[in-house]
Amino acid sequence: MPDRRMTMAEAISRHVPDGSVVALGCALEPLIPFAAGHAIIRQRRRDLTLVGPISDILFDQLIGAGCVARVVAAWVGNVSAGLGHCYRRAAEHGIPHPLVIEDHSNFSVSLALLAAALGAPYIPTTSLLGSDIARDHPTMRVLPSPLDDRPHLVVPALRPDVAILHVQRADAEGRAHAWGGLGICEEAALAARGVIYTAEEIVPAEVILSDPNRVLAPAFKTLAVVHTPGGAHPSPVQGYYGRDHAAFAEYHARTRTEEGYADWLREWVLDPPDRAAYLEHLGAARWADLAPDAPHLAAPVDYA
Amino acid sequence: MARTGRNYTPQEMMVVCAAREIRDGEVVFVGMRLPLLAFALAKRTHAPTAVGLFENGLVRDQPADALLYTMGDSPNILGAEWANRTSALMGLLAQGHAHLGFVGGAEVDRFGNLNTSYIGPRDHPKVKLPGSGGGADIASLARRLAIIMAHERHRFPERVSYITSPGYGDGGDWRARVGLPRGGPAAVITTLAVLGFDPDTHEMLLRSWHPGGDAATVRANTGWDLRLTPDATATPVPSAAELRIIRECDPEGFWTHHA
Repeated sequence: MPDRRMTMAEAISRHVPDGSVVALGCALEPLIPFAAGHAIIRQRRRDLTLVGPISDILFDQLIGAGCVARVVAAWVGNVSAGLGHCYRRAAEHGIPHPLVIEDHSNFSVSLALLAAALGAPYIPTTSLLGSDIARDHPTMRVLPSPLDDRPHLVVPALRPDVAILHVQRADAEGRAHAWGGLGICEEAALAARGVIYTAEEIVPAEVILSDPNRVLAPAFKTLAVVHTPGGAHPSPVQGYYGRDHAAFAEYHARTRTEEGYADWLREWVLDPPDRAAYLEHLGAARWADLAPDAPHLAAPVDYA
Repeated sequence: MARTGRNYTPQEMMVVCAAREIRDGEVVFVGMRLPLLAFALAKRTHAPTAVGLFENGLVRDQPADALLYTMGDSPNILGAEWANRTSALMGLLAQGHAHLGFVGGAEVDRFGNLNTSYIGPRDHPKVKLPGSGGGADIASLARRLAIIMAHERHRFPERVSYITSPGYGDGGDWRARVGLPRGGPAAVITTLAVLGFDPDTHEMLLRSWHPGGDAATVRANTGWDLRLTPDATATPVPSAAELRIIRECDPEGFWTHHA
């Protein structure tokens, strides 16, 4: 098996070119690949399409930095603090530039990725019928079912160029274990042309292979594996660290103005060259406070 | 706490009203914020066998034993009965397994349609709101919907400019006509009142006003000529036991502002 490990800078440089369709934040509130998103900002990517369900503040950060041309998502904002100020500035005033918004619900975006994961052209649903999400969407259509003529929302397959997923552990060849709330991670990994995993730990292949039911997607989908401890902060990683709620409140307060956002961006994204420097800036005490109180191990399973 | 002049906050009144919508044995799509507390309160009072669903793919029998800021917080995973995928969880909703679902909104109209997407024109919005999340799915697919709202006149227009989450459209049998499989709003729980819907026309009606207010205050804060149900009355106040449980669940008042 090939060794798919590389640095974050190399993974983003090679596999997230300008104009890419990128699925991010697929576990909803946990496991958000902030370190990868910040590398995208530092590399000044442009014209990206972001795909996600409920996306917490990483989408807002990428939009504010001017990386994004289009958003295909169910929700963009700050889950525990309110609206996303950069998203508002882009949608309302075209700052830093205009944004094309394709509204989804959590179910419809998961069905779009699931259809691509199944190799199906579309999946029909009765969700969203009568909504303006269904009315205004550029590709979803309300059509009579060929079986009984009843109206259905036809959700076309959506294939991202790349899914970026933060996971607890991966091996060098590109097999990853993730657990906790997974949202649409599996659909995104299977639907995307390729996957970049950022991982808290790189472990020997035999650790991953000891529990194949927990592997998100086959390794031939993997483009890169990046060892990124703390790479999801301030979002939580089950078994590793909890959610830093204060960071979401601070981001909300500091990004009300463009100048405030620029100041925040310099401090947390542009000045720290990588995630290790970011964690150093965060400080050891604050980082230690997020550690779980006690382990909660699952019972082992026997694959004999 | 001074805002009501009483020994509870508007948010605590809303949590109590939301909990009262949950019946024992029901499968409840919980969502975030105040409904998280309502689920915990209902479980510890009148609905001990209710089951909670979360759109990140979780089923819980017991509420998490820590205050949640989001449904994806680690304590909400620990002790879950099932932790799977959003599409699988939403599939259960699509089958009709959820008796009751909770959603919040920025605007709700006379027929219970919700806007959480755009204030003003879609191509040049005055305010871009975050969007549906799972709200539009819950509104489409749950058997009953409970809406949690701040009650201000601009949030209660006669007609929302954008339907993120479908209520009863323009009333009557609209849901059946557009193909929605079931459901529709059953209750709107606000900072001022609890509202229901006419069983035939599906127009929103005032069911009860919270103590300290009256029907006239609620009507003045609603953007159409709001009518009352025949038995409209004051909302029963939260009991001491209900308030004690809510404050155990939200000790610092992050969601209920009691501290």
